[in-house]
Amino acid sequence: MSAATAVRRGPGRVSGRRRARELSGKVGWGIVAWVVAIAFFLPVLWMVVTAFKPESAAETWPPKFVFSPTLSEFRLVFSGWGPYVTHSVIATVGSTVLVLLLGIPAAYALSVHPVARWRDGLFFFISTKMLPIVAAIGPLYVIALKTHLLDSIWLLIILYTAMNLPLAIWMIRSFMLEVPSELLEAARLDGAGRIREITSVILPIVSPGLVSTALICVIFAWNELFLALNLTVTNAATMPMFLISSVPQEGLYLAHLSAAATVASVPVIIVGWIAQRSLVRGLAMGAIK
Amino acid sequence: MAEVRYAAASRVYAKDAPPAVDALDLDIADGEFMVLVGPSGSGKTTALRMLAGLEPLDGGRVEIGGRDVTFVPPKDRDIAMVFQNYALYPQKSVAENMGFALKMQGVPRDERLRRVREAARLLDLDENLLDRKPKQLSGGQRQRVAMGRAIVREPKVFLMDEPLSNLDAKLRVQTRSQIAELQRRLGITTVYVTHDQVEAMTMGNRVAVLSSGLLQQVATPRELYDNPVNQFVAGFIGSPAMNLRTVPLADGGVRLAGRVFPLPAAIRAAAKDARLSELVVGIRPEHMHLATGAGDLAEPAGPPADGSVEVTGEVLLVEELGADALLHVRLPEGGDQVVARTEGRKPPAPGRQVTFWVRPDDAFAFNPGTGARLAG
Repeated sequence: MSAATAVRRGPGRVSGRRRARELSGKVGWGIVAWVVAIAFFLPVLWMVVTAFKPESAAETWPPKFVFSPTLSEFRLVFSGWGPYVTHSVIATVGSTVLVLLLGIPAAYALSVHPVARWRDGLFFFISTKMLPIVAAIGPLYVIALKTHLLDSIWLLIILYTAMNLPLAIWMIRSFMLEVPSELLEAARLDGAGRIREITSVILPIVSPGLVSTALICVIFAWNELFLALNLTVTNAATMPMFLISSVPQEGLYLAHLSAAATVASVPVIIVGWIAQRSLVRGLAMGAIK
Repeated sequence: MAEVRYAAASRVYAKDAPPAVDALDLDIADGEFMVLVGPSGSGKTTALRMLAGLEPLDGGRVEIGGRDVTFVPPKDRDIAMVFQNYALYPQKSVAENMGFALKMQGVPRDERLRRVREAARLLDLDENLLDRKPKQLSGGQRQRVAMGRAIVREPKVFLMDEPLSNLDAKLRVQTRSQIAELQRRLGITTVYVTHDQVEAMTMGNRVAVLSSGLLQQVATPRELYDNPVNQFVAGFIGSPAMNLRTVPLADGGVRLAGRVFPLPAAIRAAAKDARLSELVVGIRPEHMHLATGAGDLAEPAGPPADGSVEVTGEVLLVEELGADALLHVRLPEGGDQVVARTEGRKPPAPGRQVTFWVRPDDAFAFNPGTGARLAG
C-alpha cells in the first residue's frame, strides 16, 4: 500500500519538476528572443531617430535623446531623389515582372512536366549564383560598353532579371511541386491544354508563392548596389547610389544619410507588409483533401 | 453510349518488376456498371488510368465505343473521371468546377450554367452551394460536386477511382446506393475501382477481381460468391472471409478436425488427377450452422437430413454485430481457428464447446499449388 503510494507520487513530482523546467525554458527563450530582436532593431531605430535630428545634433557623443525634431533633412532628400527613385522603380518592377514571366514557364518545365535532364537544368541555374559577382564585373563592363548599354536602365533590368531568376525558378518550382497531381490529371481530362493548365489550374494555386517570390526579387533588386555602382553613372543610378551620393566629401552628413536611408527603406517595408498576408495565407490547398 | 474493351492491355512500371497490369482482357458492355476490385497493388487503379489515358500502355490496346483509343489523349476520349480525393480546383467555385470541361469545349455560358444546374438538381446539390469554393463544403458535398463534374459532360464512360473512400461509413453506404441508382438512370457505361468487396458486390452489374496485375475472374456478384474460380477470389469475396485450410486427403474426403470430411466424388477425382496429397478446403462462415440449442448446449440436435457433417470446436472469441455474431472457434486437432457466422441473439460464450453442421456441398476445394478451384 505505502509502496504503491510512493510509486504513484514519484511521477507526479517528476512531472512538476518538468513543468518548472519547461516554464523556465520558455521564459529563457523569450528573453533571448527579445534581446536578439532588439539587437536587430536598435540600429534601424537609431537611423530613423537620427533622420529627424538637425545635422549638428546627429554627430554628438554620447547620442542625444532629447532634441527638437526637424524635417529639414527629409526636405533635402525629397528635393534630390527624383531620378534615383524613378530608376529604382523601373529597374525593380521591370526585372521582377520579367523574372516571373520567364520563371513560371521554366519552373513548370522543371517540375510539372519535367524536361529531359531537368536535374542538370536545375543545377545550372543555381550554379550561376556560385561565382562571385566581382569576378564577372570586368567582362560585364566590356559587354555593356560594346552594346552601348552602359549607364542604361535596360542594362539594370537585364542584370537584375539574370540575378534573381535562378532563385525565383527554384522557389516557384517548389510551389508547383505542391500542386496535387490529381488536379493536373483532372484538368487534362477536362480538356485543358498546357497553357490552360498553367493559367487556370496551377497559377491560382501557387499565387501566394508567386507573391513571396516577387517580394524577394523586389527586395534584392531594390537594394542592389554593386552592379549599379559599377555600370551606371547618372542615367540609371538607383536609390542605393543616392545614399552614397548623400555622403559629401567634407562636413557633417549623418542626419542627411539617415533620412535618405529611411526613405530608401520605406518602399521595401511597405511591400513586405502587404505581401506578409499573402505569405501567411500560404498555399491554400485545404480544398483538396 | 459506348462499350469498353481491354485487349491484352499491359502496363510495366519498371523493367525488372512484374507488370502492374498484365495482359488484361476485359469487355464491358454499353451501359454496364463494371467494378474493378482487388487488394492494393492489384493493378485496378492502373487499369482505370490506362482507360483514362493517364497511363500509357506497354502492350495491347484499349477501345471505347469500338474505337482504338490507345494513343488518344485523355481529353479526346470523351470520358469523365471521379478521383479518390475529388481533385476539385480549389480556387474555382462549385459551378466553375462543374462547368470547366464544358468551358474547355467552348460551350456557351448560358448552356453551361443550365447543364450545371441540371446536374446539381440530379445530385440533390443545393443551388446556393454553386457559388461556394470547395473548401467551404462538407466531404459529402465535395463528393457530389466531383460526381457532378463528371455528369455535366455527358461522357461516353464514367471512370471512378474509389470515390467513396474519403466518406464516413454511414455516408458511404448512402452514397453507394445513390451512385448505383444514378448510373442506372443515366445508363452511362461506368468503370468503378474499389478495394472494398462490399462496394463491389452491391454496386456492380459485373465485378472483375484483380490480383498482382492479373485478372482473376469477371462475373456477376452472385456468380463470384457461388462459383469462385480460384482460392484468391474465394478468399476475397465474402465478409467475413472464407475459412481456408490446407488439409490432407483421406479416403472419401479430407481429414479435417480429427475426422473425415466427405467431399463429392468429382472433387476427389480431380484431386487424384492432379496427384495431390492434400488440398485447400474452403467453407464460408455463414455455411457453418450452429447446432440448434447450442445457446445452452444441452443436447446437440441430431444431424439434418441433408448429409451435413458434424464439426466441433471451442469458442475463443465472440464478435457481436447485432443481427449476427461471429464466433472464432478453435478446431480440436491442429488448433486451427475458423470463423462462423451465427444468429446474433444468445451466442455461445467463449470457452464453450460447440457443434456445427456443414453441408459437404457448401465446401470449396482448391489446388494448394496453383490455387485453382477443383470442380465439384
